[in-house]
Formats: sequence, C-alpha cells, structure tokens
Amino acid sequence: MRAVLYVLSFLALIALGFWAYRENYATQAALKEVQALQRQIVGLREGLSVQRAEWAYLNRPDRLRDLATANFDRLGLLPMEPSQFGAAAEVAYPKADLPEIAFPVDIQGTDAPGDAAEEGL
Amino acid sequence: MRTPLRPLARILQAREDGLNPDGIERENLRQRHEVAREKSRSRAEFRLLILCASFVVAFTAIGGRMGMMAATDPVEPRASAPGAEIIAQRADITDRNGRVLATNMTTHALYAHPKVMVDPRGVATKLAAIFPEIDAKALERRFTDGRSFVWIRKVLSPEQMQLVHEIGDPGLLFGPREMRLYPNGMLAAHVLGGSSFGAEGVHSAEVIGTAGIEKALDARLRDPAQAGTPLQLSIDLTLQTAVEEVLDAGMQMLSAKGAAAILMDARTGEILALASLPTFDPNDRPNGIVDKDAEPGDSPLFNRAVQGVYELGSTFKIFAAAQAMELGLVNPDTMVDANAPMIWGKHKIKEFEGKNYGPLLSVTDIIAKSSNVGTAHIALMIGPLRQQAFLKSLGFFEPTPLELVEAPGARPLIPKRWPEIVTITTSYGHGMSASPMHLAAAYAAIANGGVMIKPTLLKREGATTGVRVMSERSALEAVKMLRRVVTEGTASLGEVPGYEVAGKTGTADKPKKSGGYYDDKVVNTFASMFPASNPQYVLIVTLDEPVDTTLSETRRTAGWTAVPVAAEIIRRVAPLMGLRPKLEPPAMDAVTAASN
Repeated sequence: MRAVLYVLSFLALIALGFWAYRENYATQAALKEVQALQRQIVGLREGLSVQRAEWAYLNRPDRLRDLATANFDRLGLLPMEPSQFGAAAEVAYPKADLPEIAFPVDIQGTDAPGDAAEEGL
Repeated sequence: MRTPLRPLARILQAREDGLNPDGIERENLRQRHEVAREKSRSRAEFRLLILCASFVVAFTAIGGRMGMMAATDPVEPRASAPGAEIIAQRADITDRNGRVLATNMTTHALYAHPKVMVDPRGVATKLAAIFPEIDAKALERRFTDGRSFVWIRKVLSPEQMQLVHEIGDPGLLFGPREMRLYPNGMLAAHVLGGSSFGAEGVHSAEVIGTAGIEKALDARLRDPAQAGTPLQLSIDLTLQTAVEEVLDAGMQMLSAKGAAAILMDARTGEILALASLPTFDPNDRPNGIVDKDAEPGDSPLFNRAVQGVYELGSTFKIFAAAQAMELGLVNPDTMVDANAPMIWGKHKIKEFEGKNYGPLLSVTDIIAKSSNVGTAHIALMIGPLRQQAFLKSLGFFEPTPLELVEAPGARPLIPKRWPEIVTITTSYGHGMSASPMHLAAAYAAIANGGVMIKPTLLKREGATTGVRVMSERSALEAVKMLRRVVTEGTASLGEVPGYEVAGKTGTADKPKKSGGYYDDKVVNTFASMFPASNPQYVLIVTLDEPVDTTLSETRRTAGWTAVPVAAEIIRRVAPLMGLRPKLEPPAMDAVTAASN
C-alpha cells in the first residue's frame, strides 16, 4: 500500500513537472508571438499612414483641377454654379407606361375588332 | 519443532558410514552464508553506482546551467506582453470633413561615423552626386578632421536612401525619422504654419511646430494620449481651394501686392476658409526676410488676414450707424447733416473726390453712399466714450482669440487719446487699425443678429453661445443698410444673383513710414455677408495696393477691386456650401388647395 502511494506521488510529481515545463514554454511562445504581431501592427500602421498620405497627395485639389482640365473633353467638369440648383417641381414626372387597355373597348360588337386600336394610334 | 537436516542425502550417508554429520552441516551453513554475503555486496555496489551517477548528472546539470547563464545576455523575465505602442509622434490635422491637411511619414536621416569609413573621399564625391546641395570638398574635410560623428541629411526619400545604400560604405548609417507632410502643398499654408525637428537623436527626433496652428496647439498635437485622434479644423478644403483660386486670380488681374480673404460661419464663429497671398509651401517653409528695410508684409510667411493690421476705412461706418440705432439716436430714415466739407477745429473732413452728398442724407444713404461727413455727425451724437465701449465689445481693442501663434501678436493700433476728432476719424475707419479677422468677427456679430461669437479655427460641436452686443432689431436694420450698399450704393459690382449679398466697401490710403499717407497706395476691403434675408456667412476680402485699369481709367476704390473679387468668391463658394440661390419669388405650388 505504501509503495503504491509512493509510486503515485512520484508519478504526480513527474506530471506536474511536465505540465509546468509546458506552460512555461507556451507562455514564452505566446509572448514572442504578441511581440511579433505588435511589430507587424506597427509596420502595417506605418504603411497605412503612408497610404493615407499618398491618398491625400493624389487627391489634392490642385491635381484634381489639372486632371479635370486635361480631361475636359471626356468629363466636361466645371466648377459648381448657382444655376445648377433646381427646384423639385422642375423635375418631370417619369412618363407613365400606357396601361394595357388604353382605348375604348367595344363591348357591343358594332365595331370591327381592331378599329378602336387604329383610332387610338 | 524439528530443524531439517541439510544436506539430507549426505547426512544420511554419513550416519550410515558412522561419521559425524555435524561437520557436514556446518560446512553447508558456511557455504550458504558465503553466497548470501556475495549477493548483498553486489547489491550495495550497484546502489553506490546509481548514487554516484545521480550526483554526476546533478552536478553536470548545475554546472552546465551556470555556464549557460554566464555565457548568455541577461533577459528580464516577462510576465506580460507590452501594451500597444505609440501610434504616431504627432497627431494628424484634418479639415472639417476629415480630409488630411497634415500627416506624418516615416523616413530616414543620414549620418556618418567617419572613423569606420573605408574611403572618405570616394564617399564624399558619391554623396555630392546624389545630393546636389552637398559640397564634396567640404564634406570630405568634415570626414577627415578627426570627428567621429557627422550629420549629413535630416530626411531622405526612399530613392535617395537606395542610392546611399549602393555606395556601400560601413561608415554611412541611417536613423529612423518621422517627418511632417502637408499633402496639399500651398493650400491653407498660413493656417497650418509649418514644423521642423527639435531635439535630434540617432534613433528619433521630435517634430515641433514652428508657426500657425502647428505651433499654437503644439502641446495638443504632441500629447501621446491624443496622438491617435486627428485635430479637426473648421477649414473646409474645397472652400479654401475655391477662395484661394479666385483670390489669386483677382490679385493678378488687379496687380495687387497681396490679398487676404476670410470666410466665416456667422452662427458658429467657425472659419471656413482663410487665405493670405502671396503664400508658401509649408513642406519647404522659406526663411523670413532678413532685409531691414523690408516691410513684414513683403514676406510670404506674413499672414495678412490675421497679422495684417490695416486702417480698414469705410467698412467701420456701419458700426457707427448700428450703435446710433441701438442707442435710439437715429432710425434708418433720420436725416443727418452731410454737408461737405465739414470743418472741425483745424481739420477739414471731405468726401471721396471732394463730392458733397448733403445738405441732408438719411442714415441708410450715408452708408450706401459711404459719406464721411454724415458718419462723422452720427459719431458725434454717440460720443467718444460710448463709441469706445462699443468698439471694445466688438473686439477691436484686443488681439483676436484665433488658434494661431501669430494671432496674439497682432494687436490693433488704437489711438492713445480719444478726443472728438478721433471719434470722427474712427467712425469712418481712419486713425485706428485692425486686422481683417477683427472685421470678420465684428461683421459676424451683425450677421448673427447682434450676438458676438468668438472666431475659431477648430470644428465646433454643438451650440455656441456668445455675448449680445446689440439688439436683434438694430442688427437687422444694419444688414438692410448693407444690402442697400450692394443694390444701390458703392458695391454694385458685388451683386450675385440669388445670394442677396450685403456688405460695405472700404478704401484706406496706406500710411507712409515717415508720416502722412501715400496718394497711390491703398488697401481695399470689402466686408460682406450673405444671404441678406438670413445672413449665415461673412466674407472679408482685402487687397493690398490693387489698381483697376479696365475702361481706360485707373481706379483704386474698393468698389472696383475688392468687390468684384468677393462677388466671384461668393458665386463659387455659395453653391459648394449647399446654399440655394433665391432667383425668383417662390413659385406657386403646382397643386394648391382650393375651395369654392
């Protein structure tokens, strides 16, 4: 009985040692990964700020104005004018499609079929 | 109990032969003891061996570990990962819609360790070939005079860095740098100011603001806690572009020396555009002028809109009229003596080109025709003390509270004593100087129904509160008078169909350094607000020494110079702000409720 207890506690000691060893190395690996990721984040942030600066540089008003002038025949862009404002009432209603039956329908049978259609046209 | 006889076979044999079996038994016992002793001895030896081996292993392990610890660099044990690193040294600056006005870029500085340099002469020649501003001989001298550290360049472009890499000398080294970048170039240069490197080290350098908002709000921009949130200005990049473009064209056309424009939201005090010409590129900020005779205004760094303290001329007349109405001394139709010239002591007050609008003129017409004499009479009714108090409440006695480092230095020039003749001249804008920004803030108070709001360059969130300087009624009447100036008075070229521009012209002769005034050098100002029926925006345009030579006549009055420029700015800018022109009386609704 005593020997069993000894063996068991010895096995437990080994197991705990193994577990502690593994945890230690897992922690160190995680820390290393965090550091690598953070370095990557810094690099990406730097890249992002360069992209943003480039975007702002490429979209600077001077350049856009020159491009609009150079491509005037294709785009026809001009500075905005007061006359470009319109009232909602000026917008025409979309033309309604003709309903399927747009002309009188002969129900008494006096007209030849098709007459009404021709008149309607 | 019987003990067994061993070895039984031999004992029985001995008994039969009549021998003593005891000897055999003793012999047998001895042999058995010997075997047992041998066994226990070898077991003890084995144990000793194991013990020995464990000691050897243990001491080897400890020794090995000690050796390893002694040989490796010490590392602090870490229990947690470091937090997020600082994002940027300096916060970005954006316009009111989030478009980038100033940002940072990572680049490199170039320095040298001449002591480890292989070929100083070759390196100096090759560097001079890459960077045109470097003198090869001078650089070689610095490499070879025994110093161990030389700065070569503060920033490098990636291409230049590659070229330096290709020289391949171990004595050339790069240090990381964060550089301030203004992607829009010259746009809003006077607002942004500029920046440069402060304390410089090999691994980093601090970026500090040198002018404009970069310097005024340096602490905010450098605060690590706020480095991630950009500083949002009230400036609108699109409006700023339009204003600068039109102003520049106007300045060229009128051959003016300089020009300034301020576009301000009268309700919130936000400056939407602030331009001063000539301008500069904040990425490559020029040095100030060192010439002693030069005026500060000759430098492109000079911000005319904020630092330019000028006599603002007739634009001041509306303040006298508004105050007189506020005090109940006059109403817009009161007839006032305007008989020119007016004699006051030894002074003679004349009208423009010696005209006479008198003998009597209504207050509205005094403003519309810009009568000096009429304004002088109104100012005399108000009196010096009340006039001073009113101008003070409009902010004319203090520098503007704008977030620019130049603003606190631009103190208005106030006459030391205030006799009645000063009251008279101040009423039409002479003898007292202020910046266009002061004028914008004061006109915004009129436009905003009499409530004075501090101008700001930062985007404002939520409602703003101001100080009431005049009643809503007086402000409304003043706006009506200003509208008359455009419809029937001196600023008729300022009419922009649909936008009901209201404003006042001002033409002031430039003072000579030696005293007196130039005959042919003027500062023209047009202070305006629009739309008059519900003023929302204030626009100030100032031109320095403009001349209008169209129609074979040389004109220097604001009505011919600043006013058309301002009108063009309004025509361009108002649609961009989403302001709908009021072109005709509101049309009848297509469907109206009718009853019989």
